Amino acid sequence: MSLRGSASATLPPPAAQPADAGVAVHCKGVVKGYNTASTRVMALRGVDLQIRAGELMMLVGPSGCGKTTLISVIAGILDRDEGECSVFGHDFAAMSSGQRTRFRGENVGFVFQAFNLLPALTAAQNVAVPLLINGLPQREAIKAGREMLARVGLGDRTDSLPRELSGGQQQRVAIARALVHKPRLIVCDEPTSALDHDTGHVIMRLLKSVALDKDRALVIVTHDARIFGFADRIALMDDGHITGISRPETPTATPAAN
Amino acid sequence: MNALALRMLLGDRAKFLGIVFGIGFAAFLITQQVSIFVGLMARTFGFLTDASLPQVWVMDPKVQFIDDLKPLQDTQLYRVRGVEGVAWAMPLYKGLLRARLANGAFQTCNVIGIDDSTLIGGPPEMLHGRIEDLRRADGVVVDDVGASGKLARPAPVDPSTGKPIGKPTPLRVGDFLELNDHRAVVVGICRVSRTFQSQPVVYTTYTRAVTFAPRERKLLSFVVASVSPGRDVESVAARIRAQTGLAAYTSGEFKRMTVLYFMRYTGIPLNFGIAVVLGFLVGTAIAGQTFYNFTLDNLRQFGALKAMGTGNLRLLRMILLQALLVGFIGYGLGVGSASLFAFVPLGELAFMLLPQTLAITGAAIVLICLAASLLSIQKVMRLEPAIVFKG
Ligand SMILES: Nc1ncnc2c1ncn2[C@@H]1O[C@H](COP(=O)(O)OP(=O)(O)OP(=O)(O)O)[C@@H](O)[C@H]1O
Ligand SMILES: [Mg+2]
Repeated sequence: MSLRGSASATLPPPAAQPADAGVAVHCKGVVKGYNTASTRVMALRGVDLQIRAGELMMLVGPSGCGKTTLISVIAGILDRDEGECSVFGHDFAAMSSGQRTRFRGENVGFVFQAFNLLPALTAAQNVAVPLLINGLPQREAIKAGREMLARVGLGDRTDSLPRELSGGQQQRVAIARALVHKPRLIVCDEPTSALDHDTGHVIMRLLKSVALDKDRALVIVTHDARIFGFADRIALMDDGHITGISRPETPTATPAAN
Repeated sequence: MNALALRMLLGDRAKFLGIVFGIGFAAFLITQQVSIFVGLMARTFGFLTDASLPQVWVMDPKVQFIDDLKPLQDTQLYRVRGVEGVAWAMPLYKGLLRARLANGAFQTCNVIGIDDSTLIGGPPEMLHGRIEDLRRADGVVVDDVGASGKLARPAPVDPSTGKPIGKPTPLRVGDFLELNDHRAVVVGICRVSRTFQSQPVVYTTYTRAVTFAPRERKLLSFVVASVSPGRDVESVAARIRAQTGLAAYTSGEFKRMTVLYFMRYTGIPLNFGIAVVLGFLVGTAIAGQTFYNFTLDNLRQFGALKAMGTGNLRLLRMILLQALLVGFIGYGLGVGSASLFAFVPLGELAFMLLPQTLAITGAAIVLICLAASLLSIQKVMRLEPAIVFKG
C-alpha cells in the first residue's frame, strides 16, 4: 500500500485493513469543538462517513452545520477531538506535524470558494505551486503547470495574472492547481458559489471529467442545489451529524466534457 | 519556492516600496550621521594630519589632547635629541595669540611655530608664496579660510546706512599684521585641514613665534621627532618616555588620544548616537509596520500554502528571504544616497565615509530586517491552515 512519493517511507503503516482498499476516507464518531470566549461550540458531534475512491461525494446542509469543519478534519488541516478518521488508511492523528504537512502536500488537493490564488503569480506559476512545494525544480513545475492549464481549457491564458482572469477562469486555475500533483483526495469548499449558474456548471463538469479518477476521491461542500446532480452520493449534514446519504434525483452523471 | 516568495513581495509594489523606503531611510540616516561624526572627529586631530613628518610627539605627561598646551622647557629638546634611535627632533610652538586688524579689532589666532631651519611641521599645502619665505624678516603664512574670513580687511561702512559697502578684502601676500604687538608680514597663504578651532591659523618660525608669544618661562609646546630608519617607532617612543620622563606618543596614538578626549568630554557622540538610534527606530517602525501589513494582506495566501503542504520552516525561509531582499535594496539605496554627501561641495560639512561605517550600517539593517519580520514570522508560524476555508 504505497502512497505517492517518498512520504510513505516516513509514515506509520496504514491502520486500515486491506479489505478497505477501496475506501478513500473513513470517519467514525468524529467530534470537533471550538472554544469561543463564552462557550464551547460543538461543530461535529460524532460524524460517521465513508467515501470511496473514484467517487464524487457532496456534503450539503444548512449554514453552520459543520461542513467546512468536517472537510478540514478530513483534509488534515484541523485536528479532531475524538473519533476515528483516516485517508487512504492513514490517520493524521498518528503523524507528526511535519509528516502531516508532507502528506497533505503529496496527497491532498484543495479548491476554495475564494480561489486563493497568489495574486503576484501567473496562472502557470500558481498551478505549479504544489509541485514546487513537493520539491520539483521550477522549470519542470511550470511546464507541468502549463500542461495542466491546457487540460482545464486555459492553455492560452498561462501567463495571465489572476486579476486578469474572470472568476470562472480563476476557479479553473485553482482546479488545475488542485490536480497538478495528482493527489488522491480533493476537497472543495463551495467551489461554485462565487460563480454564476452557467460558470458553476462548467466548473462542475470540469471537476467531474478531469478530476475524477478511479483512485481518487472528491469531496465537495456546497449548498448550491443546482449542482447536486453532479454528485455520485450526497451526504446530508445537520447540527454536526451526517443525517443521511442519498443519490441525486436528476443525475448529471455523464455530462459532456467541458 | 524562494522565487515565489520574492514574486509575492514584488507583486505588491506599494508595500514593497514602503518597506524599502523605511530601510533605506534608516541606512541613509545611520551612514550619514556616522560619517559626519567620523568627519568631525577627524577634525579634532586635523593639525596632526597636516604635520605628517613627525613620527613621535613628545610633550608634558599631563597633556590630554592636541589643543591641551602644557609647555616644556627648551632644554627638553636636547634631551630628546640625545635618545638613541631618534633621527631628528624639532621644537614646535602652538599657542593662541591676539592679532590686531587694520580696523583696530582684535582676533585670536592659532599660531604655530616650526623649526627655523627645517620648517618641519609646516602647512600641508601652499596656495600662494613659498613656505621657505618664512625665513624672511617677520614672515608669517596664513591659512586661506582665515585670510579671507576673520583676518580680512572689513569693507568700508556707508555712514548714512551703517551698512558695509562691498565685500571684505582678503589678506594677501605682502599685507601686514600685528601679532601681540609685533609686526608680521604675510609671505604666503596656505591651506590647512579644518579643526575644531575656528581661529585663523598662522604659521611662522619657532624663534619668531616665541618672540610673538607673551614672555613665559616655558614656551616649547611639543618636541616632534622621527626615528632612525629601521627603528620601531613605538619602542623609540618608549625609550624617550623612560629617559626624559616626558610623554611620547606615536602620531597615531596622539590622534587616538585626542579623539577619545573629545568623545569623552563633549556631548558630540551622544548627539550623533541619538540621531543614529532614531534612524534605527524610525526605519524599524516603518519597515516593520509595512512588512507586517504585507503579511496580513497575504495571510490567506500563506494559509493556502500551509494547507497545500508548506511547512513552517519553509515559510520562515520565505519570509526571511523577503526581508533580506528589501534589506539589500534599502541598504544600497540608503548608503548610496548618503555617500553622495562626499561629493557635495559643502566646504563646512565634515563627512568621512569609512568602510567600517558601511559595515556598521549593514549590521544595523540586518537587525532592522530581523526585527521587522519578527511579527510577520510569528503571525505566519501560528497561522492555522484551516483559515483557508473561512469565507
Ligand atoms: N474558528 C471557529 N471558532 C469558533 N467557532 C467556529 C469556528 N469555525 C466554525 N465555528 C462554528 O462551528 C460551527 C460549524 O462551522 P462550519 O464553518 O463548519 O459550518 P458550515 O457548515 O461550513 O457553514 P457554512 O455553510 O455557513 O459555511 C458553526 O456554529 C460555527 O459558528
Ligand atoms: Mg463552510
